[in-house]
Amino acid sequence: MASTRDIRRRIKSVKNTAQITKAMQMVAAAKMRKAQQAALVGRPYAQLMNEIMAKAAEGMVGFSHPLMQPRPSSKRAVILVSSDRGLCGGLNSNLFREVSKLEKNTVFITAGKKAAQFIARTRRTLAAEFSYKDTPEFTEARAISKFVQQMFLKEEVDAVDILFPRFVNTLTQQPQLIPFLPIGKLAAASAGLNAPTKALAEHSPAEIFEFEPDEESVLGELLPHSLNFQMHQILLETKASEQSARMVAMKNATDNAKQIIKDLTLEYNKLRQANITKELLEITTAQMAVG
Amino acid sequence: MAYTLQLEIVTPEAKVFSENVEMVTLAGIEGELGILPGHEPVMTQLAAGEITVRKEGKNIFLAVGEGFVQITGERVAVLTDMAVKADDIDEVKAEEAQKKAESRLSQKLSDEEAATVHAALIHATTQLNVKRRHKK
Repeated sequence: MASTRDIRRRIKSVKNTAQITKAMQMVAAAKMRKAQQAALVGRPYAQLMNEIMAKAAEGMVGFSHPLMQPRPSSKRAVILVSSDRGLCGGLNSNLFREVSKLEKNTVFITAGKKAAQFIARTRRTLAAEFSYKDTPEFTEARAISKFVQQMFLKEEVDAVDILFPRFVNTLTQQPQLIPFLPIGKLAAASAGLNAPTKALAEHSPAEIFEFEPDEESVLGELLPHSLNFQMHQILLETKASEQSARMVAMKNATDNAKQIIKDLTLEYNKLRQANITKELLEITTAQMAVG
Repeated sequence: MAYTLQLEIVTPEAKVFSENVEMVTLAGIEGELGILPGHEPVMTQLAAGEITVRKEGKNIFLAVGEGFVQITGERVAVLTDMAVKADDIDEVKAEEAQKKAESRLSQKLSDEEAATVHAALIHATTQLNVKRRHKK
């Protein structure tokens, strides 16, 4: 049986832990709001880009961009986007479970430290490792997207997908695998907080667009740009997911700690009372013996 | 005249402009485009510069960065990385940004950084140009 002092010590240590998790929870909550906001403001842009691309697709008959060329998929690359830090519940482990379902010869490009560590640990092929800050910048996304486009154009890989934790809501984040390259049917740029894809279906009847100066140069700019933007949206979304997951995980940790404190305090008081009773008993017995 | 164009200017950060207007003048990479309702469908790239919007007889000016424009008979959609209304441009801030970008350009930069700084410089310069031209 633990002594009262042992229990007191344990209560103290659990309280300290609770304080830390509580602090982390609040920090994550503040960051989460910011990250969600950041992911949301990109939505009108994503939507309009969607619309423009869909409309443009109708105007271009018999034209194909190298980035849109589908090839028999033998070598596949996956961009794995994770968080930099742990303590965010099952966010990364859920993501990595999806990774183990992929074929062994898949090449990985990682964004975020946890992903890089995982790929290294499981001895898979790592093509490049990128990092991004707490507030992902467009340039960071562009670096990743450019690198992948180069790989694709040089035919080092035949298809590129992105695996990232999609932000569903504060409580749910889902690992999701979405195709990145080749661009299928010009319907890209749909990432973003559950970006509405109805724009594709709803647009007005076919209009043939005049391209100035010509299709090649306009689309040659538009397609890479839309990929960069999509990558950026995904980084933003991952951040939002990470912060939400961390907040929830830390909230659970704090709640658990409080429960443990409660249980320990109860045990402590019981033990204290038992000790007092025992002492009283001893005193009275001693008295009776003397008397 | 009930005949109007729906103009939408969107940047990654915000929807800057979404109104019905009478005429839009913007700088494409092939030169200036004046767009009236009923314009034939065109897709082109937008050059950094100025967009002039005519609404209810008044002109509104905006400084914009590079981007894309899609024109249909009743709608003009502009996707760009920057868009600021002339009235909202802070001249002092833009000047500061311009100086900062210029001084950074003289340093050694990686390609990625150089591209970012270059874009910042273009943004600041465009804002200044637009602001100065329409100073009351």
